[in-house]
Amino acid sequence: MTDDPNTPGDEGRFTEGRHEEGRRKLPEESFPTGGVNAPVPVASEATPAVDPRLIVRQEGVKGYLGEFRRRLSSGELGSLPVVLALVVIWAVFGSLNSTFLSAQNLSNLSQQIVGTGMIAIGVVFVLLLGEIDLSIGSVSGLCAAIYAVLEVTHGVNQWVALLCALVSGAAVGFIQGTFFARVGVPAFVVTLAGNLGWNGLMLQILGTSGTVNLSGTDIVSRLYSTIYSQQAAAYGAATAGVLLFLGASLLDATRRRSAGIPSRPVAEIALRTVALAVVAYLAAYTLNQYKGLPLALLIFLIFIVVLDFVLRRTTYGRQVFALGGNIEGARRAGINVPRIRITVFMICSTMAAVGGLFLAAQIQSASQTSGGGNLLMNAIAAAVIGGTSLFGGRGKTWSALLGALVIGSIQSGMNIQGLSNAIQFMITGLVLLAAVVIDSLARRTQKAAGRA
Amino acid sequence: MAGQPVLALRGVSKRFGAVQALTHIELEVRAGEVLALVGDNGAGKSTLVKAVAGVNQPDEGVIEWEGRPVTIHRPQDAQQLGIATVYQDLALCDNLDVVANLFLGREIRRFGVLDEVAMEQRSRTLLDTLSIRIPSVRIPIASLSGGQRQVVAIARSLIGSPKVVILDEPTAALGVEQTAQVLDLVERLSGQGLGVILISHNMADVMAVADRIAVLRLGRNNGIFDRRGTSQEEIISAITGATDNAVTRRQARGTEGDQ
Repeated sequence: MTDDPNTPGDEGRFTEGRHEEGRRKLPEESFPTGGVNAPVPVASEATPAVDPRLIVRQEGVKGYLGEFRRRLSSGELGSLPVVLALVVIWAVFGSLNSTFLSAQNLSNLSQQIVGTGMIAIGVVFVLLLGEIDLSIGSVSGLCAAIYAVLEVTHGVNQWVALLCALVSGAAVGFIQGTFFARVGVPAFVVTLAGNLGWNGLMLQILGTSGTVNLSGTDIVSRLYSTIYSQQAAAYGAATAGVLLFLGASLLDATRRRSAGIPSRPVAEIALRTVALAVVAYLAAYTLNQYKGLPLALLIFLIFIVVLDFVLRRTTYGRQVFALGGNIEGARRAGINVPRIRITVFMICSTMAAVGGLFLAAQIQSASQTSGGGNLLMNAIAAAVIGGTSLFGGRGKTWSALLGALVIGSIQSGMNIQGLSNAIQFMITGLVLLAAVVIDSLARRTQKAAGRA
Repeated sequence: MAGQPVLALRGVSKRFGAVQALTHIELEVRAGEVLALVGDNGAGKSTLVKAVAGVNQPDEGVIEWEGRPVTIHRPQDAQQLGIATVYQDLALCDNLDVVANLFLGREIRRFGVLDEVAMEQRSRTLLDTLSIRIPSVRIPIASLSGGQRQVVAIARSLIGSPKVVILDEPTAALGVEQTAQVLDLVERLSGQGLGVILISHNMADVMAVADRIAVLRLGRNNGIFDRRGTSQEEIISAITGATDNAVTRRQARGTEGDQ
């Protein structure tokens, strides 16, 4: 009976019952001998740790290209569509009018996208949960109004006013997040109500005058308008970014190699670093051709890098992604789901406040129209166009930069061409639709290729 | 096989409104054994598991852990004791890779930052010791087959070094080869000294790996069988209630006496 191949490895675990002769039928004898439910003989030899069916990527550049092609065909598009779109947009507007690609226009563009881009970073967080925040426009206006009224009308210290504006943003997020996470009201409805309510509060705070002009020398105005004109500033920032990337990649690869787990080959790290360096130095060169490195752009990039780190390298970020992937799974893993939800809405609203302050600095005032218009749609569109999925669980903060660049480029290009808002809205709408279509199609392809 | 049970249920009862889901359940799990928990739909298997896993609290009775009575209020309490539960729906995050799923909620950190290297290393070691074959630990769960997801879910339950693992229908909806892999894994778990509670509808699976088989019927114990001395028919008749044995007789007497 111990020879029975159907019962591997359990000989000797049973001592009782074995010695009784003339016993009843053994369970093995009552096994079905065929069909799906029949026990399957199991190979007793050691199984290799690596699945032989796994497609192993070849080393070197050729393998890199092969992997790239495979990822594309299985729908893992990443940032590729938006980068292509950006190239096309710049090529079209550049050929229509050479001023579009001038250093001056691109420098201005890099400043103008900051407001929307900051808000879009917050939207990325909410989208990662698979939720939406429709109040960001109103919240950005509200916080700009709070800052302006405190600083200009009441003469409060500018730093205190700035802090108050940011804390107000966080508080708004806390209120909305609590209604969503603890009470269970759909985020869509909570933030839609917020969109109206916070806009009303902003009008209330602005009072009868309706517009509060910034002095132009206050901290928020300076954060936006400061441009470091030294050549070294832009190049230094580019160098710092490239070195940071290279250092982190090499450190990671070294640790992985010493731990005996697969690591990125040096050639690939070199390739990525060179690609990053080309983009960074080209941007720095262009900025230096005009006035230099805008502080607003630098702050925007720092926000992106820091929050990207939070999302990908901290427990908190891991929990955000887990919630976007499987709420029940996250809950069972012991993750405090309401806490993550509330904090994500707080991050989103705080980023809306940051964006609102930059937008106020851009027009040098907080007015009744602050945070209105198509700001809300632009910010959400920027996040989606940049490659963050509407379905949750997929995305990165960099999509805020790419998406804001696309939308900013379209606006800037159309303004240069003298096209009306009507045309602008239609084109931006089409781009947004295209982005969502690409997201949906990519998701479908990923499902078919077993990647979603 | 003797020795103190790791986990024991003494007279556990649970009532949902007008339904008596569990009545005076007695159950013991010892280290290194596979205890199969079988029963028809509605027999109380899931309720029993939820009571042990801390999802529901029993109304009556005592849960003993290594000989001392414990109260399990929350799933985290069960995890801290050393009871790991793998539910039927697995609850894996499709968008995260295998390593991230294995360590979800228990991430290893270094200077406050996720230590991906250490987590990947430990994942590989764990999967190797369990002879689990998956294409790569860095691919999202979405790319894995059903059987692979099941073994990843089981492997995940082992990250916290539990002493008892509860598997809820681990072979449901799996193919022949995947079922074999999972059953292999179940044997390896008990071989490593863990107590395994295996819930299954599939008699062939139960007979293949279980040491003892506890039958639940209508929320009551309906016999605990040693697999070696029991035929499949006996188990099935215990499940369906066609059986008549000492346990059921005594229970029947007990309830009559109560009334």
